[in-house]
Amino acid sequence: MERIHRRLSRLIAPAAAPYWQVAPLAGVLAVFFLLPLAITVVVSFWRYTEYSMIPALVGDNYASVFAGCLAELPGLCVTFKTYLSTLKFCVLVWLVTLVLGFTLAYFLAFHVRSLTWQTVLFLLCTIPFWTSNVIRMISWVPLLGRNGLVNTALVASGAVPAPLEWLLFSDFAVVLAFVHLYTMFMIVPIFNSMSRIDRALLEASRDAGASAWQTVWNVVGPLSKPGLVIGSIFVVTLVMGDYVTIGVMGGQQIASVGKIIQVELSYLQFPLAAANAVVLLGAVLAIICSMTRLVDLRREL
Amino acid sequence: MRPTTKSQAGVSRRTVLKGAAAAIAGFPAIVSAQPVTLRYLGTAVNQSKEIAQKVKADLGLVIEYIPVTTDEVAKRIITQPNSFDVVDAEYFQLRKLIPSGNLLGMDARRIKYADKITPVFTRGQVAGKTIGDQGTAPKKVFYLEGPTSTKFAAAPTPWITLIPTVYNADTLGIRPDLIKRPIGSWAELLNSEFKGKASILNIPSIGIMDAAMVVESLGAHKYRDKGNMTKAELDLTIKTLIEAKKAGQFRAFWKDFNESVNLMASGEVVIQSMWSPAVTKVRSMGVPCIYQPLKEGYRAWAAGFGLPKTLTGKKLDAGYEFINWFLSGWAGAFLNRQGYYSAVLETARANMEPYEWAYWMEGKPAEKDIKAPDGTLLEKAGTVRDGGSYEARMGAVACWNAVMDENDYMVRKWNEFIAA
Repeated sequence: MERIHRRLSRLIAPAAAPYWQVAPLAGVLAVFFLLPLAITVVVSFWRYTEYSMIPALVGDNYASVFAGCLAELPGLCVTFKTYLSTLKFCVLVWLVTLVLGFTLAYFLAFHVRSLTWQTVLFLLCTIPFWTSNVIRMISWVPLLGRNGLVNTALVASGAVPAPLEWLLFSDFAVVLAFVHLYTMFMIVPIFNSMSRIDRALLEASRDAGASAWQTVWNVVGPLSKPGLVIGSIFVVTLVMGDYVTIGVMGGQQIASVGKIIQVELSYLQFPLAAANAVVLLGAVLAIICSMTRLVDLRREL
Repeated sequence: MRPTTKSQAGVSRRTVLKGAAAAIAGFPAIVSAQPVTLRYLGTAVNQSKEIAQKVKADLGLVIEYIPVTTDEVAKRIITQPNSFDVVDAEYFQLRKLIPSGNLLGMDARRIKYADKITPVFTRGQVAGKTIGDQGTAPKKVFYLEGPTSTKFAAAPTPWITLIPTVYNADTLGIRPDLIKRPIGSWAELLNSEFKGKASILNIPSIGIMDAAMVVESLGAHKYRDKGNMTKAELDLTIKTLIEAKKAGQFRAFWKDFNESVNLMASGEVVIQSMWSPAVTKVRSMGVPCIYQPLKEGYRAWAAGFGLPKTLTGKKLDAGYEFINWFLSGWAGAFLNRQGYYSAVLETARANMEPYEWAYWMEGKPAEKDIKAPDGTLLEKAGTVRDGGSYEARMGAVACWNAVMDENDYMVRKWNEFIAA
């Protein structure tokens, strides 16, 4: 009895405590994240027919993902074209949300003094998430469509002779919808970083004769880096994996990696879809790695 | 079977207690008086509350709907065949479902109206005339060689793969008020007159068939079988689509019923592939829309009930009982009134008013206002159904939804089209 008690107390001794504390989360991650991921990688080397999957170790699926990519050079194969288009959206959306997110977070952190107003304004930022994805997407049509509000107003005011076609079902529409949705993911981490900045630093900067712009560029900006990087990771991973927004706003005419995977899944080509998913995962990880290279997150936090 | 709260709605607490008590005391007679629950896997379109209520009233069976997409139905049959008791699948999917060995060849002798099922399914005929059978026509996949066979039989056998629930003939939907001239051919979809105002559906296996109808009517190529193209034919079809896309012919593609309604009703698109209920929906919004019959014919589809091989005993009996009820008329009339067609026409006719039958099935002008099952006004008196009678519409079928031998290649080419 005494021995058991001693052993138990050793288990919950201070040294072991952190392991117990991380165990539940580690367990959940192992079962619901690492295991499925491992299965995805394994399945990506299997063979398949219309109605069955055959365990194997073949590279056919990867060959199929990159089919014609060498032969068609300097032209682009479907996979490269799709990644290029997805990357283009990534860069555009990232740039816009970065500028918008930084500006809005700056306003919230340094210009809004009362906590109540900060909360109210934050709630306003979450408005895009109040409706379901489908309803939000469908409501863009009456706004941006050929006979939509914007076009009617533009034509009526004489700004343009005929309705603008590129407002909807275009690259512009896709970027707009992404920005509308994901700016929030930039604002929150940047705001978090900014609210930790010691106000004395801003005063010191002003006392040292820096203009407002110089303070933003040389003091606030560098100190908000962790927030900027975390926000960027959010936005980039969300855009890379999205196919619903690109599908609806692009009128299904713009390819995305997610869409290709979804089509393959619906035709029961699980191993092929798994191979595509592994390639996508690799691409996203590469982007995230290069971003964290720019900022040492661990040190900054 | 463990009763779930959902399936037991409508059963009082007392009955459940009684059943439980009986089970403990070992009185099988009372246990069997408990309603059998059938888990019905299918697309939401066919899963009406009214049908479940009527089945409960007529047979005492509890229907528990599992609404998923068409693709998900196939996935479930192959990967989780124990997760449902009855499935409503499409005939074209059978070419990948049957080899999995998860579906039962249903015993025709236990299907009361098996002989009365329309010859569209059994022989591929309408009113004695053979109709188009390109693609996965139901007659090619209707019979199995045995109850547990995974091979389709060439001649009729007593083992049926799916008992038909609904089927229809699809064509292009148009906005007559914006086009302002008659449309008579599939080729019009790629007519540059409608540049930036056309749409096609982004479901590869169906979209490719619509595209093939267009290519053939343009005179570019005559397919041996539009539902089973060769690689060269797929290349040609996709090339035609890519050229049109690059020239800006398409405003958007659609994948979901509501998207097609939205595109048409907002005027973004004036001509597109469409499904019959979507046309009805646009019209009920007060926007003129026609489900245009075309001279090259229709692309048809059909769905039906299947039973999983694992079904046994009371559940299997209940499955057959439910299917027999479905063919006995009430459900058929219910579906016909939505613009679909039902499997056994005579029983459905007995359950419809003569003026309803005349409008929906005989292509005659409506004597009275035509209403949907829920009472909303569909058509005013005097209207004629687009495409006319059952014989005119189903008789003009050119091809059926299909799974091709070159399915993998087709999906790859389609992705190329979307990325172009």
